[in-house]
Amino acid sequence: MQEAMIKRAKELLADGSVDRVIGWKRGEFTYDITPAVFTSAEEIDSDFVCDDFTAANVSKYLVKETQKEGKVLAFLKPCDTYSFNQLVKEHRIDREKVYVIGIEGGPKLDIEKIKAKGITGILSVKNEDYTLRIETIYGTQTMPFYEAVLDKCASCKSKKHVVFDELIGEDGDVLDSNRFEMVEKLENMTSQERFDFWRDQLSKCIRCNACRNVCPACTCENCVFDNPKSGIDNKAPADSFEENMFHIIRAFHVAGRCTDCGECSRVCPQHIPLHLLNRKFIKDINELYGEYQAGADTTSRAPLTDYTKDDCEPSVVHERGVE
Amino acid sequence: MQRIGVFVCHCGTNIAATVDVKAVAEALGHEPGVVISQDYQYMCSESGQELVKNAIKEQKLTGVVICSCSPRMHENTFRKAAASAGLNPYLVEIANIREQCSWIHKDIATATEKAIILGRTAVAKVHLNTPLNSMESPVVKRALVIGGGIAGIQTALDIAEAGFDVDIVEKQPTIGGKMAQIDKTFPTLDCAACILTPKMVEASQNERITIHSFSEVADVKGFVGNFTVKIKKKARFVDETKCTGCGLCTEKCPMKKVPNEFNMGLDNRSAIYIPFAQAVPKVATIDPNYCMMLKTGKCGVCSKVCSAGAIDYKQQDTFIEQQYGAIVVATGFNPINLDKYDEFAYNQCPDVVTSLELERLMNAAGPNGGTLLRPSDKTHPHTIVFVQCVGSRCDDEKGKPYCSKICCMYTAKHAMLIREKYPDTEVYVFYIDVRTPGKNFDEFYRRAVEQYNVHYIKGMVGKVTPKSDGKIDVQASDLLANEQLHINADMVVLAAAIEPDKTARPLATMLTTQMDTNDFFTEAHPKLRPVESATAGIFLSGACQGPKDIPETVAQASAAAAKAIGLLCKNSITCNPCVAHSDELMCNGCSSCEKVCPYGAITYIDKEFRMPDRTTKVRRVASVNPAVCQGCGACTVACPSGAMDLSGFSNSQIMAEVDAICK
Repeated sequence: MQEAMIKRAKELLADGSVDRVIGWKRGEFTYDITPAVFTSAEEIDSDFVCDDFTAANVSKYLVKETQKEGKVLAFLKPCDTYSFNQLVKEHRIDREKVYVIGIEGGPKLDIEKIKAKGITGILSVKNEDYTLRIETIYGTQTMPFYEAVLDKCASCKSKKHVVFDELIGEDGDVLDSNRFEMVEKLENMTSQERFDFWRDQLSKCIRCNACRNVCPACTCENCVFDNPKSGIDNKAPADSFEENMFHIIRAFHVAGRCTDCGECSRVCPQHIPLHLLNRKFIKDINELYGEYQAGADTTSRAPLTDYTKDDCEPSVVHERGVE
Repeated sequence: MQRIGVFVCHCGTNIAATVDVKAVAEALGHEPGVVISQDYQYMCSESGQELVKNAIKEQKLTGVVICSCSPRMHENTFRKAAASAGLNPYLVEIANIREQCSWIHKDIATATEKAIILGRTAVAKVHLNTPLNSMESPVVKRALVIGGGIAGIQTALDIAEAGFDVDIVEKQPTIGGKMAQIDKTFPTLDCAACILTPKMVEASQNERITIHSFSEVADVKGFVGNFTVKIKKKARFVDETKCTGCGLCTEKCPMKKVPNEFNMGLDNRSAIYIPFAQAVPKVATIDPNYCMMLKTGKCGVCSKVCSAGAIDYKQQDTFIEQQYGAIVVATGFNPINLDKYDEFAYNQCPDVVTSLELERLMNAAGPNGGTLLRPSDKTHPHTIVFVQCVGSRCDDEKGKPYCSKICCMYTAKHAMLIREKYPDTEVYVFYIDVRTPGKNFDEFYRRAVEQYNVHYIKGMVGKVTPKSDGKIDVQASDLLANEQLHINADMVVLAAAIEPDKTARPLATMLTTQMDTNDFFTEAHPKLRPVESATAGIFLSGACQGPKDIPETVAQASAAAAKAIGLLCKNSITCNPCVAHSDELMCNGCSSCEKVCPYGAITYIDKEFRMPDRTTKVRRVASVNPAVCQGCGACTVACPSGAMDLSGFSNSQIMAEVDAICK
């Protein structure tokens, strides 16, 4: 697939259809992949990469990219297309300035899961018929592919591209995923158990802001956490119980707009399952207002900013809170 | 530096009996920025207001907190007092220590503690208050009346009489409402149609009144003085402008087996119909549920016989949009459905009828031409039992908790009319109480008992059982004689409770007006503003606000009209300055606010920004029209970036209040 992508990217750059290409390039290590913008065929030939580690969602970068002159080519996996659509809906991305090529999605690999097997000094990772062949400085190791899959890919919600100008490979379907299993488990806890669970998880937070910076729903011109006037910054300091408010405030801010792309949990250096907060909101919205997938289209009214006469009464919140 | 004055009102003993007002004044005197803190017997009195005014002048106050009753009572009083002393009226805050504190607590210590917290919260807020200035907005000189019963007709006539254009929207094919179905009216026993139909004609002939029959309100936008209403004119498949109301189509229509709703389903009408002889507008309507042409494409008889060429099988629903300065709600009532009342055998026996059905059975234009006959076998009933309070004053889920108010009187009327016309008929009335307050009402009821020998029995009917011989066994208890009765009746008449029309609830949502738990519209004040809703520019007329008889309905209809006229007379009204505004530097242009705005006050503009690196960037940002914004605050909570804020209730003010409560 990487060859086909490089070929199309170079063609579109050459005929002037696009001015820039957004994709991925390798960092210091083989598994260290970051989004990158390419402006020439040479750059693409030398650095462009798309492999089992290119999990990063490039949609958010298009907010800045489409504020610039010219058109940009973006390679979007199925999950990324939802984020892209949501940003188009919020007028954050200028759709006219993007040429979208849909590419096949994951499952992508989680290097932490490979390292957790005690494998270190990794030089390369190859998928050979769903067995990972891992070359390290200490020799070759193998492990089953599915044991190293990212959590967000293991509970993949859709293989369907909700937006594209052209496709490389096949388009898939919306999947019947098990993504709410853990949320249900949390719901079935007593409030004390649930509180302990989140205290345990959220107290690991080091306020590195990686979750916010990667989140495609967090594209505010001026984030409330960076704005002293918002009155929120001092409610979420990094040195007390209130640090936990940071994640709760953030979950509220992206409620109804989060597409469940899973980037927050993927980038968290402390492995906090932040996506569970968002999934709880998604599950609640589905149950209270009917099935809704943020980013599935660019026109429908989002349940939290829409009013219909069939909306649940506010008392439902109180009733659900009773134990 | 802020200089805040705190004024704690005793409200006689309303507050002072449960709240230690001196302690509240003392405690609030220590709050930051507070330079004077006083208590007084009646802060709203002339001398109380003087106290506030003098303090503003002498202490050079920059903010005022009044701890008193709800701001709905006296906020305006104190704002005006502050303005007259030279302080911007929006630098006054009210801490409600009466409705939200003294009235609901019994313990002095806890009530005092809470009053201090409420006062502290208002002080925290007033620290962040900014002077605001009101603007003016024009008034559209046209009124909308929703519902064309006697209430709506009277309101429309009165408004038109004052020289304003008024539109009536009626969901039925004709105006007239429930009163058109009634035979005689109490306590004078004059014919309902004889007094109603002249009013209907007057409404249709009045140049200032436009009647949209067979129409519904589809959408309401805007605010007092400037509502934009979308009216759905339902397809009646007949061109109103061409139909002469000759009625030939209704005679020739082959589909004659349609239950006639005007006669409560006691006889049939044709698929194309005119509800009754005096209908206004007198225009035929095709019922698409029964018309063979519309259902199967085979028939077309009405089209062939119509010499005016008015039939249009392809007619579609159409929408019209109109601006109004005032809206009067007159959606009326219906008797409740009696399906759940198995004990009265309403669904099992055709000779058990509701009072409204009896009206039609006795009416000259009814199914029997005015002769009272049993629906089952068309024979004269000789024993009739009336059951009062069926579903009224009911404490279970089947019925309504309130008294329907009109049943005692119309039952006395029915009983009297039957005894007058058919003296050989025995009439029994089972009641809990007989309630007859009203001019000439008790005299009327006494006449039924004393002059017409109607048997009034205190007690409820336990069971109604239809028998094989066509008679009805009514089992009841006589509470005064303390005995069980079995009456061998020919007919049973149930005084069904009345409830607001089902269209009222969705309408209230569109109008953003309040309703009570029984779906009656709530008035702005139960005593002092009985015909206004709490939403400015929306007025209430007739039974949509509570059970009423005809004279009360007409009185309220005229009162609502007077209030609407008062509004329409003004060229402009003062707008609330507490409106939203967007911080363009923070706005993402995401459209969340635009989507939640119920007034359409928010638009987007592309604006050029100079960036720190001296480049320019064009961004899409929200822009609020302050003349249209009503300050509801929906946008401020929808805004993900916190760019949207509401003057007078800013995000920082609300945060300060929450912090003060939680301190």
